[in-house]
Amino acid sequence: MSAIEQRFGPYGGRYVPETLIPALDELTAAWAEAREDAEFIARLEQLRRDFIGRPTPLYLAERLSERVGSRVYLKREDLAHTGAHKINNAVGQALLAARMGKPRVIAETGAGQHGVATATACALLGLECVVYMGTEDIRRQAPNVERMKLLGAEVSPVEAGARTLKEAVSAAIRDWVANAATTHYVIGSAVGPAPYPALVRDLQRVIGEEAREQALAAEDALPSRVIACVGGGSNAIGIFTPFIDDAEVGLVGVEAAGEGLDTQRHGASLQGGVKGVLHGSLSSVIADEEGQILEAHSISAGLDYPGVGPEHAQLRDSGRASYVAVTDDKALAAFQELSRLEGIIPALESSHAIAWLLENALEGDGFDVLCLSGRGDKDMAEVTARVKPPSELI
Amino acid sequence: MSGEERIAAAFEAAADEGRAALMPYMMAGYPDRETGLAVANAYADAGADLIELGVPFSDPLADGPTIHAAATEALGAGATLRTALEVCEAVADRVPVVFMAYANMVLAHGGSGKFAEMASAAGAAGVIVPDLPLDEAGEVREAFAGEGLALVPLLAPTTPAERRRQICEAARGFVYVVSTVGTTGERTEIPAALTELVEATKAEAATPVAVGFGIGTPEQAGQVGEIADGVIIGSRLVRAAGEGGSPRGAADAVGSFLAETRDALGAGSIQ
Repeated sequence: MSAIEQRFGPYGGRYVPETLIPALDELTAAWAEAREDAEFIARLEQLRRDFIGRPTPLYLAERLSERVGSRVYLKREDLAHTGAHKINNAVGQALLAARMGKPRVIAETGAGQHGVATATACALLGLECVVYMGTEDIRRQAPNVERMKLLGAEVSPVEAGARTLKEAVSAAIRDWVANAATTHYVIGSAVGPAPYPALVRDLQRVIGEEAREQALAAEDALPSRVIACVGGGSNAIGIFTPFIDDAEVGLVGVEAAGEGLDTQRHGASLQGGVKGVLHGSLSSVIADEEGQILEAHSISAGLDYPGVGPEHAQLRDSGRASYVAVTDDKALAAFQELSRLEGIIPALESSHAIAWLLENALEGDGFDVLCLSGRGDKDMAEVTARVKPPSELI
Repeated sequence: MSGEERIAAAFEAAADEGRAALMPYMMAGYPDRETGLAVANAYADAGADLIELGVPFSDPLADGPTIHAAATEALGAGATLRTALEVCEAVADRVPVVFMAYANMVLAHGGSGKFAEMASAAGAAGVIVPDLPLDEAGEVREAFAGEGLALVPLLAPTTPAERRRQICEAARGFVYVVSTVGTTGERTEIPAALTELVEATKAEAATPVAVGFGIGTPEQAGQVGEIADGVIIGSRLVRAAGEGGSPRGAADAVGSFLAETRDALGAGSIQ
């Protein structure tokens, strides 16, 4: 049985109350066993195929390629059930919860995508589901709140702090501290105490495994670059992982620059953060000199988080992946541009990766693979509030 | 005397009176700087044997709603680590002070060595880091020991026996037994299994064993004082400090609660 990483270089670890340590030990052991159990893997693969709709296509975006000046393939996670890559993790962890005999599942959500994915997976497997969500996010994301309720989940409002994702994660962890014996916590990104960063990566690496195989089939070659947006970093670590040993493949993570990296209002934990502890792991966090965690900012709720997965911090330090950032305005423009060029409305998160690509065309031969982590229907209200109606554009 | 020795002496003094040590918790800078200082002095005046001093942090995972809200309010009122150090300086010559600081606060100020220097210079005797379990604690424990500060570990009802032995072995100052599975906050009942947990811990620890989380009345304190070497009261007192209305009001409120609690512990009157 292969070991599950507790640390990624100096990063990671388990900075949680002592009460949770046995639950994390139990989870680590359960995942080490499950991921090598043929029956579990077969069930997971069946659900990926028949429920999530995998493999998702690797789509040659011709008009986007023309615009950029080199071939671009989109990994279409927006076509996965519930409209984003989050379902890969939610189904895997819900299956693990059932295997561990935990009848109750909790999750946190910001924009609601992970909450909807977890509620979906729990409905599928008949598990009780409670989703913690900041009241500010509940206000902004009413349709997703209704979706979760329709799926049978309880949405538990969080009033603390700025009433957004960071506080929702804290509330979920506090619930878990009190209820770990009966409850599994499905964390939504490759963050949190060990084994979560490794567990979530293991469940998301299917994105990269498919993409690598599909790229080889289409081009008989590996991509020059693999590009993905990074908030907590789960879609990015998922698509990067199978390419890490391919030294010739560049890995580019695109963070949210918000209103600018030189302002206090951004979500770029890797480029504008410091070494620190948030939500159970040591990584790169947005904090002040006092050590207080600051509120992140991004137009995209999924990138609006002051921490990032510890494995990304290691990939940054080693130089194996490079991290860049894109502002709200550029992401918004890319959101509209991809919609018009390809008939694909991308999530605002994924729009950050598109925006970077639009300004950083590949030089020489080769091609890019970009992870289109989710669909943008959820962002319509945010976008229409920020830009003129389409009829007034151009 | 080193911090560790001062903590030991405080527990011994209480034991000599045939009672458990009383360790009230407070949040530095809550609801504001002056009230925090007044509360610390009131704790010392009311006969606290040790003081647990919370350093406000933005994301306190081990804390329930009362202490979380207090931290948020203290930060909003401008509290910093400096505010907590100042409280420590004000009372450390009267009562041993044990900081309660989250891992990121310990690491942010130039690393655990730097934090230890600052806490030690302010007269602190020890530090509790509620999100630094045994496996992550080695380096911090050494850095603290270098400054004579005790790194006090937490031990939970969920902790398996073998791990409990390891925690007791690594403990400095005292072992902080978490009474219930959950975060800090007042509870209506003391769990029945607590006695067993405290007995087992006492049998393995070379240090005193104190109990906290969920103790909200003098009666509960008295009950826990029958089995433990020390009793920690947090949320109930933080609530009193917040409701006091003024530094004086807060000091009176916490002072009278502590007086009742000392009675319940069987302590004599304060000279």
